[in-house]
Amino acid sequence: MPFIQNTDADRAAMLAAVGVKTLEDLFEGIPAELRHKGPLPIDAGLSEDELWSELQELASWNSTTTAGCFLGAGMYRHWWPRVVDALQGRQEFVTAYTPYQPEASQGTLTAFFEFQTMVAALTGMEVANASMYDGSSAAAEAVVMAANLTRGRDKVVVSRGVHPHTRRTITTYLEWTGLEVVEAPLGADGRTELGGLLDDKTCALVVQSPNTLGVIEDGAAQAAAAKQAGAISVACVYPIALGLLESPGAQGFDVAVGDGQSLGVPTAFGGPSFGLFATRLANVRRMPGRIVGQTVDGQGRRGFALTFQTREQHIRRAKATSNICTNNALIALRGAIYMAAAGPAGLREVAEHCLAKTQYAARELEALPGFSLRYGAGASFNEFVLDCPVPAAQVNRAVDAAGMIGGFEIGRWYPELGPNALLLAFTELTTRREIDALVRTLAPLAAAATVA
Amino acid sequence: MNKDLLLYEKSQPGRRTLRLGRLDVPAADLSALPAGALRRTPPDLPELGELELVRHYVRLSKKNVSIADSFYPLGSCTMKYNPVLNEAATAIPGFNAIHPLQDSGRVQGALAVMKRVADALAAVTGLPGVTLHPAAGAQGELTALLVAHRHFVETGQKQRKMVLIPDSAHGTNPASASIAGLQAVEVASGPDGLVDLDDLAAKLGEDTAVFMITNPSTLGLFETKIAKISEMVHAAGGLVYMDGANLNAILGVARPADFGVDMMHINLHKTFSTPHGGGGPGAGPICVTQELERYLPSPRVVEEEGGLRLDYDTPYSIGMLRGWAGNFGVLLRAYCYIRRLGAEGLLRVAQNAVLNANYLRVKLRGAFHVPYDRMCMHEFVCNTKNQREQGIHAVDVAKRLIDLGHHPMTIYFPLVVSEAMMIEPTETEAKETLDAFVADMLLIAEEAKHEPEKLHAAPVTTPVGRLDEGRAVKDPVLCYTCSH
Repeated sequence: MPFIQNTDADRAAMLAAVGVKTLEDLFEGIPAELRHKGPLPIDAGLSEDELWSELQELASWNSTTTAGCFLGAGMYRHWWPRVVDALQGRQEFVTAYTPYQPEASQGTLTAFFEFQTMVAALTGMEVANASMYDGSSAAAEAVVMAANLTRGRDKVVVSRGVHPHTRRTITTYLEWTGLEVVEAPLGADGRTELGGLLDDKTCALVVQSPNTLGVIEDGAAQAAAAKQAGAISVACVYPIALGLLESPGAQGFDVAVGDGQSLGVPTAFGGPSFGLFATRLANVRRMPGRIVGQTVDGQGRRGFALTFQTREQHIRRAKATSNICTNNALIALRGAIYMAAAGPAGLREVAEHCLAKTQYAARELEALPGFSLRYGAGASFNEFVLDCPVPAAQVNRAVDAAGMIGGFEIGRWYPELGPNALLLAFTELTTRREIDALVRTLAPLAAAATVA
Repeated sequence: MNKDLLLYEKSQPGRRTLRLGRLDVPAADLSALPAGALRRTPPDLPELGELELVRHYVRLSKKNVSIADSFYPLGSCTMKYNPVLNEAATAIPGFNAIHPLQDSGRVQGALAVMKRVADALAAVTGLPGVTLHPAAGAQGELTALLVAHRHFVETGQKQRKMVLIPDSAHGTNPASASIAGLQAVEVASGPDGLVDLDDLAAKLGEDTAVFMITNPSTLGLFETKIAKISEMVHAAGGLVYMDGANLNAILGVARPADFGVDMMHINLHKTFSTPHGGGGPGAGPICVTQELERYLPSPRVVEEEGGLRLDYDTPYSIGMLRGWAGNFGVLLRAYCYIRRLGAEGLLRVAQNAVLNANYLRVKLRGAFHVPYDRMCMHEFVCNTKNQREQGIHAVDVAKRLIDLGHHPMTIYFPLVVSEAMMIEPTETEAKETLDAFVADMLLIAEEAKHEPEKLHAAPVTTPVGRLDEGRAVKDPVLCYTCSH
């Protein structure tokens, strides 16, 4: 049987040592009437080569993004140095668990300490945890932390520009907490309009930049508005953009969260990714998740251990700051290796390439009759809403026929943008050839619409 | 040469590993960005060439004890072998380079993997409603409690707010109850280590929402009266939730639906062998009865004429607990595992896991006290009662085990046993590995009598000795650059 090493002889010797005759006898604790009779309705096992063939067939039913893909909307196709795969894939990292025994886990713990340092540096914050599940759940946990830090306030203002999955996750986490979620609308320029929404009842403001429509928000003004109202400000970030764009820490935000997928993690149909969570040092005792701290052993040697564990569920149980236990450590390690491989110069280069491709595509697409950029060319980092003369679904079918993957029909999430709005994303992996092919594919649609 | 430097201590200005090729479009026009958008100071990330980067992480990896190099009997965590092929599967471009917003017609392979995993979990548990959405076990628990809460509100039973939880349960159980707007109430264990039915009966009532039970329990014991317990909970109008952390012991042997379970989560990183990764990623699918299925999170994989698709339009759903459909890469590994084993293999998993655990129990019970010394399931709990006079604690045994080349068992859990040492060998370990572990545990028992200082001093073979964890809280250093 695969993966079971004991032989029949081993089993016989072990059963004798235990003092029973058969394997079935080991289950005497389960009443006979509760035992399942017969085999489960699951197909018979396969050999490794048979499974490999099956996997290849299943994989062939999926179209990959490698031939050109303009989908983003929260998940982006980026390059990672292949050294990331080799190092993160080491069995010593892959097959260990949560570092409860620090002496036997210094590898993982040191890597987390460095990860926390890099996340704090990237976001401009003072302290980061050792990762969350993903960006959406990190944002929800940030709101829970904000509510705990500002007891008595029960309103959460969330920008409509925050990713819809994140908004939905926040609503789900808060459903029974008595906190009210209020949505801040987007203006005609695609930026959040706070109006008079922030008041002395507001515990948290959650914004995202670039937002889901690709528009760069005025973070400094938002953070200042929250501060004036006495609310905790939470910024949802796109880590790659922080190679070029101002950090939430410098803008005055209290908390930075985000999805780490762009830092060397494949899109892989949506997961696993990891979440970033960084804040001011003063909030550390209210922070969710694992935190690694530096300390010393009996001989004064530097070492690392999980710390502030009294916040956590295995100690504090019902009063814990979060229920999180196993999170996404191995993917966070990928992110750490990616950040260390990039360094400040590499990250900036990637961000500049993203921007350059986006600006090139914007110019070329805008030149097509009937097509226009909803929020203008200067508003975006690597993603923009293109208003098409025909339904976005029709545009995507044409792109699909050309052997590429089109953009996202953003009207599905923002009906107010209409059926013709298409959200297109560009990264350092998008080639000029792909953009030119996109433009060539769209041109006849423009002409056809004009004739009609 | 100091081989223990951190990335930041090795960093040299001007170095880097990631370099892109020449830009094939005009350079970015930074002046086009909104005023104030640009970062004023670059992020203080380390700067390393590729070789130093490789050396750094290879050296770090060697400071870990892992399943790949050592026996890892960490109770309740099911540290079984993680097949290498399953890792290779996730690197296939057709699984790796796909975007969650692609048209469903272009990702039928990914959706088929998800559907097949869900079907297999339904078969194992007997519960037909499956969601693969939750990111880990604790999120699965939370999902189920949100489902229960919604169910009671929808059926006009708002007053049901109490979640009864045995005192031996994982800490995530009460923590999840709090977030779900429910109130945790502890139920005592009886002298046999099982749920005290009198205490349960006293606490059941019109305010009961859910009874959460870990079965087999964290003591490695099957709740023999589980059918009766379910009947009591159902009679009181409550739902039975099973924490599936220990499902490995009963794969193919018994289906939770058959003993009255209404909802449960499954830790794919335990029972279905997806790697633990130093603390995730996991996946915590939940399985529920048909009645509760409509409340499951969004999106659902649905089958229609023309194929499978992700349905985000789910009016009764509790919502989302994370972005996208689930940890697909983890689900894919679990799929590989299920396909390799098949129905017969899954049953063999349970049988051999239980055999290995009982073998260790009978071999160790002479030297270490086993408070509930009867046939166990996949794990058992012993303690240092016999070593108390020598001043030996569970932590001393654990640290000495590290020096002897094993990862320690889980210690100080469950809380109902003092000085607990929870041992779960899993089915993938060979008899000679178990024998070597037994020999070392017996050696430790002898050392406890004659050389207790050796245990107190352990570990001495590791990169660092016992760490001053108090100092890490009192004088927190949580970030390298923030303290320099």
